[in-house]
Amino acid sequence: MWDYTDKVMDHFKHPRNVGVIPNADGTGQVGSLVCGDALRLTIKVNKETDVIEDAKFETFGCASAIASSSILTEMVKGKTIAEASKITNQDIANALGSLPTEKMHCSVMGMEALEAAVQSYRNGGKPVVFEQEAEKIVCHCFNVSEEAIIKAIRTNHLTTVEDVTHFTKAGGACGRCKGEIQKILDKVNGSCAIETPASKKYEEMTLVEKIRKIEQVLEEDIRPKLNMDGGSVELVDLVGNTVKVRLIGMCSGCAGAQGTLKNFIEKVLQDRISKELTVEQA
Amino acid sequence: MKKVVYLDNNATTQCAPEVVEAMLPYFSEKYGNASSIHSFGGENRHVIDAARRQVAQLIHAQYDDEIIFTSCASESDNTAIFSAVRANRAKKHIITSAVEHPAVLEPFKFLESQGYRVDYIGVDEQGRFNMEQFKRLIDTQTAVVSVMWANSETGTIFPIQEISKIAHEYGAVFHTDAVQAVGKIPVDVQAAGVDMLSLSAHKFHGPKGIGVLYVKRGTRFLPYLMGGHQEKHRRAGTENVPYIVGIGKAAELAQKRLSGGTMQKVAALRDELEQGILKTIPDVKVNGDPEHRVPNTTNISFGYIEGESILMFLNDFGICASSGSACTSGSLEPSHVLRAMKVPFQFAHGSVRFSLSDQTTSEEVRLVLKELPPIIERLREISPFSRMAKTHVAP
Repeated sequence: MWDYTDKVMDHFKHPRNVGVIPNADGTGQVGSLVCGDALRLTIKVNKETDVIEDAKFETFGCASAIASSSILTEMVKGKTIAEASKITNQDIANALGSLPTEKMHCSVMGMEALEAAVQSYRNGGKPVVFEQEAEKIVCHCFNVSEEAIIKAIRTNHLTTVEDVTHFTKAGGACGRCKGEIQKILDKVNGSCAIETPASKKYEEMTLVEKIRKIEQVLEEDIRPKLNMDGGSVELVDLVGNTVKVRLIGMCSGCAGAQGTLKNFIEKVLQDRISKELTVEQA
Repeated sequence: MKKVVYLDNNATTQCAPEVVEAMLPYFSEKYGNASSIHSFGGENRHVIDAARRQVAQLIHAQYDDEIIFTSCASESDNTAIFSAVRANRAKKHIITSAVEHPAVLEPFKFLESQGYRVDYIGVDEQGRFNMEQFKRLIDTQTAVVSVMWANSETGTIFPIQEISKIAHEYGAVFHTDAVQAVGKIPVDVQAAGVDMLSLSAHKFHGPKGIGVLYVKRGTRFLPYLMGGHQEKHRRAGTENVPYIVGIGKAAELAQKRLSGGTMQKVAALRDELEQGILKTIPDVKVNGDPEHRVPNTTNISFGYIEGESILMFLNDFGICASSGSACTSGSLEPSHVLRAMKVPFQFAHGSVRFSLSDQTTSEEVRLVLKELPPIIERLREISPFSRMAKTHVAP
């Protein structure tokens, strides 16, 4: 027995916009009979304004899958393609009040079908089947890619393998990929705190991000080496591109301290973060 | 509350009024501990003995002391399996079927992780036990064979007598989970040659929270729950007198139903329901072995739609049933039983189990036959696959 909200039950019992739009401008499909749920979304788009004028769905699945699809069609109508592209699975779940955690993958399916439909529209209307990139498949039972798992973790702030299974189905069958899912979680969550997206340049980072990044490199690449000599280093300040540090333990007062600062710490920070960085004793 | 049309009797049954009545005095009036010296408690020992006899008669046990009361069939299954391997330490091979209840499958998986060689005997498309595979895999290293008497999802009955005979030829202990058989079909542990058997009261109008493990005299047995002399040191824990009285009464009533022809009437209603569905709804498929099936169960797959959706619409009419679909259980795969039977995916997700009881009426069956077809049609209108099927494109 699931605790479905009244909104879920309403959209399940009285689904809106069921069917297929003839000569649709975008057709997105996701899922299959094997997976146990599938959704086909068709959209009619005004080519002048990019506004989605109509949307229809067909769904094979449980009550929450049907409700997620139904409400999605209501959500996208009247939005531009750009606006619709921003809809996340969390938005779909929120629009329904909420979904049981085990059923969150139904909302993810809605988001994926929408992505595919938008892509189909941009490609001139040829139907697009949402597919995970084959080389990065993590869960082979449900064909879930690393990318989809990372996206679910980031969008929904997932912390456990069980969460990932509820949201993406990955790991829900044979369970062999659970170890790998844990590694992805560690990578995404561990780095969320200290690592900004790899794409972001150092110069574009906020001060907090810069400090975190420097602290991360100190911890990963610099302290282990200094520890071997019985020393360590702490970050004191960041002024412009000048990193102020204090050498501690055996390093403090070491005759080679200046060499350690410039030839080792500064070099590593420049290699790993930015050529502009210089290191000074605080 | 709207009238309930209860067709989920393999999940649990209504506790019979006679059973409740028999149990009641033992909660607040005759509450003594059966192990006490004083007669206020000690008299309850006779009550327990009487219940033991009632259960022994239902399954044709030779001796009453072959009946051990437990808290549920899951406990009975665990006890039986672990006892069998611990009492036969030299043997490192165990056999079960691929379609067992988790209370059997999970202990087997655990033992597999502990280094046991495990074989899960498969079934064919109709859910029938693969006897050839079993004969091929059993050997003198096999400590225990645990195979269910009847399947909870499809009702398919396994040839227990034949399986136990082969198990004994190789010196293995034979255990059967008979939860879905007891009370529905005649169960004779002596004729079937069973060493251990699990059963549960709430599947035949008894209370929940009480089960039995039958252990044939002479079977090497090690207890699972330790720390008490109860049940001749085979199951520790103060005797649950009211529930033991309840299972005894339920066993007596079940015996009457079996010998009085009630189950034939249940089978007739089940067939009426099944035939009615097959006649009025296209793209349906019955799962299981129609030749060897418990009388109350039918498992029907509705192509191209999903089981949970069907159940939720049936719920509006007070109709209670179950599904082997992934979505109903919170797991993500359809039932392991249907997968072992290789039911095609377009059917596996849309399976519904109707399990009747002696309380089921023909009005109730007719209500289902009236309300179900529009539900199926409605869901198929939403499904992308049914249209594909109609236009003869392979999904």
